[in-house]
Amino acid sequence: MKTSDIIHETYTALLSNKVRTGLTMLGIIIGIGSVIAMVAIGQGAQGTIQSNIQSLGSNLIQVTPGSQGGPGSQVSQGRGSARTLTHDDAQAIEKEISSVQAVSAELSGRYQVVGKGTNTNTTVMGATSKYPEVRNVSIAEGSFISDQNLKSLGKVAVLGPTVRDDLFGEGASAIGQTIRISGVQFKIIGVTVAKGGSGFQNQDDMIFIPLTSAQKFLVGDDYVSTIAAQAVSSDTMSQAQTDITDLLLKRHKISDSTSADFSILNQNDIVATASSVTQTFTMLLAAVAGISLVVGGIGIMNMMLTTVTERTREIGLRKAIGAKRSDINKQFLVEAIVITLVGGIIGVALGTLVSFGLTTFDVIQTKVSIGSILLAFGVSAVIGIVFGYYPARRAAALNPIEALRYE
Amino acid sequence: MIEVKNVTKIYKTGDIEFQALKGVSFTIKDGEFVAIMGPSGSGKSTLMHILGCLDTPTTGTYFLDGKDVSTLSDDNLADIRREKIGFVFQSFNLLPRTTVLRNTTLPLVYAGVSEEQRKERAVKALRAAGMDESHFYHLSNQLSGGQIQRVAISRALVNDPSLILADEPTGNLDTKTGNIVLGTFQKLNEELGRTIILITHEPDVAEHADRIIFIRDGQIIEDGKGHSKRDAKHHA
Repeated sequence: MKTSDIIHETYTALLSNKVRTGLTMLGIIIGIGSVIAMVAIGQGAQGTIQSNIQSLGSNLIQVTPGSQGGPGSQVSQGRGSARTLTHDDAQAIEKEISSVQAVSAELSGRYQVVGKGTNTNTTVMGATSKYPEVRNVSIAEGSFISDQNLKSLGKVAVLGPTVRDDLFGEGASAIGQTIRISGVQFKIIGVTVAKGGSGFQNQDDMIFIPLTSAQKFLVGDDYVSTIAAQAVSSDTMSQAQTDITDLLLKRHKISDSTSADFSILNQNDIVATASSVTQTFTMLLAAVAGISLVVGGIGIMNMMLTTVTERTREIGLRKAIGAKRSDINKQFLVEAIVITLVGGIIGVALGTLVSFGLTTFDVIQTKVSIGSILLAFGVSAVIGIVFGYYPARRAAALNPIEALRYE
Repeated sequence: MIEVKNVTKIYKTGDIEFQALKGVSFTIKDGEFVAIMGPSGSGKSTLMHILGCLDTPTTGTYFLDGKDVSTLSDDNLADIRREKIGFVFQSFNLLPRTTVLRNTTLPLVYAGVSEEQRKERAVKALRAAGMDESHFYHLSNQLSGGQIQRVAISRALVNDPSLILADEPTGNLDTKTGNIVLGTFQKLNEELGRTIILITHEPDVAEHADRIIFIRDGQIIEDGKGHSKRDAKHHA
């Protein structure tokens, strides 16, 4: 039997019952379409989370106070609650470690902030002049905290755009106005550029004041809650992490690294962790969609079995006039594969369209990858073969005498 | 040339054995027109299946054109059927919603004949079966019973077989149409020298043949010359 004959037979057979073929195909279309759309949603979420993490600054190594759990201790103290890191530590890191290009010492806390007759509860960040560079923040108007402000314990503040909107109204100019944080009056010298809401630390909803002022007027102590060090490049990050650990252990006179009174987090690790979480999430979505694909495959098997029964006499005739088992087998297998492949193509188109629609209408970020399309095609072909195999074999094995007698 | 020697066929259903053929022997020469006749349950269908290479005998041998086909495998039997045998069934068995031409070429599809040759041979076979050219592209479900059977005959002819087997070819037709179909068989036998075996339970139909093999309870009761109708027609 020639290929052109098989194509002709398949075409005729599938078109002779368009509704049934269409409905069976719909099962595969929905299956493949949902796999594509779900994987696109998962990968879109992964991309969003990664870009959020990167927007907090690139090549960051974050040091926070608190032990990682000393010997014999099963419970580690809450990160950031201990008071073991100082501004001097931050300066030492910047001075002594060559693989680090900038260091930002930070002290954050939540305070009630009173503006012109309004008030809000927000994060107040004691920052140094290095903060914008390390944390990827830029100034929309006015200026950021200077080294002079730090030295003189200046009562100046830089607002995030969200805070500015909350206190002074949307888009209003806030420069030169004053706010009271925890009863202390600060003069506004700048507003940062909006970065868009990011889940982890929303830098738009934040007030920046000089670190020294935060320590003196708000906390009354000279510790810092975070030291963020920016490595020269992503290649030097692990080296920088080791160097910072060694330096801080030495400065804190701790010989055993397991009892360190600080923890250190590499941004690459955070990204990797977030990636693995979203990957699991993607797998879960794909698995749920995959179930519908299997159901679609069973639909195909069901239809093929019905077709074989319906066409028993035809099969008997074909065998009587000289068709071999392999001829019959091929004919029915190709029928099943054509249904799944055509269904697969339409499913890929539909899934891509849905993903595109979700992104366009701003429901959720999606990303259709070539990989998932290829996978969908592979899977649909395999489903055609797997679920078409049994009905085709049954057709091929029919005894021509009985098949011809079949009523 | 067909040589059947001591052919038996035993069907087993669980422990119960049923002997459909109890040692049948005969020879059919090329160009003969033979009717195999018998009441239902006589074993004539079983014999037809064996002669048509749809089934193999339990014991005994069957030589078709000098080749022993009684012990071949499924796929080898399919090869024999494709090359040497043309079937005409009682219930027509055309492919539905398919043109006359396509139905006729079906055996050639499995024989791997080229597209142009297929059409050429199908047209030749359709003409030999007395099919009018205007019907070549009609769909099989638009044809009358007689036309359908002519298509079935041309399909049996198209691969140039050494044997045409017709199983109750007039069973579903009225007498007039049936006679036209039987006339076609006679013509094929006389003009093209085809070997034709007709299986039937009607004496009227059997009498169109040159020779009648009468079978009952799995055994040949009578093997003699057909007479009357054909000769009568010739003499008339």
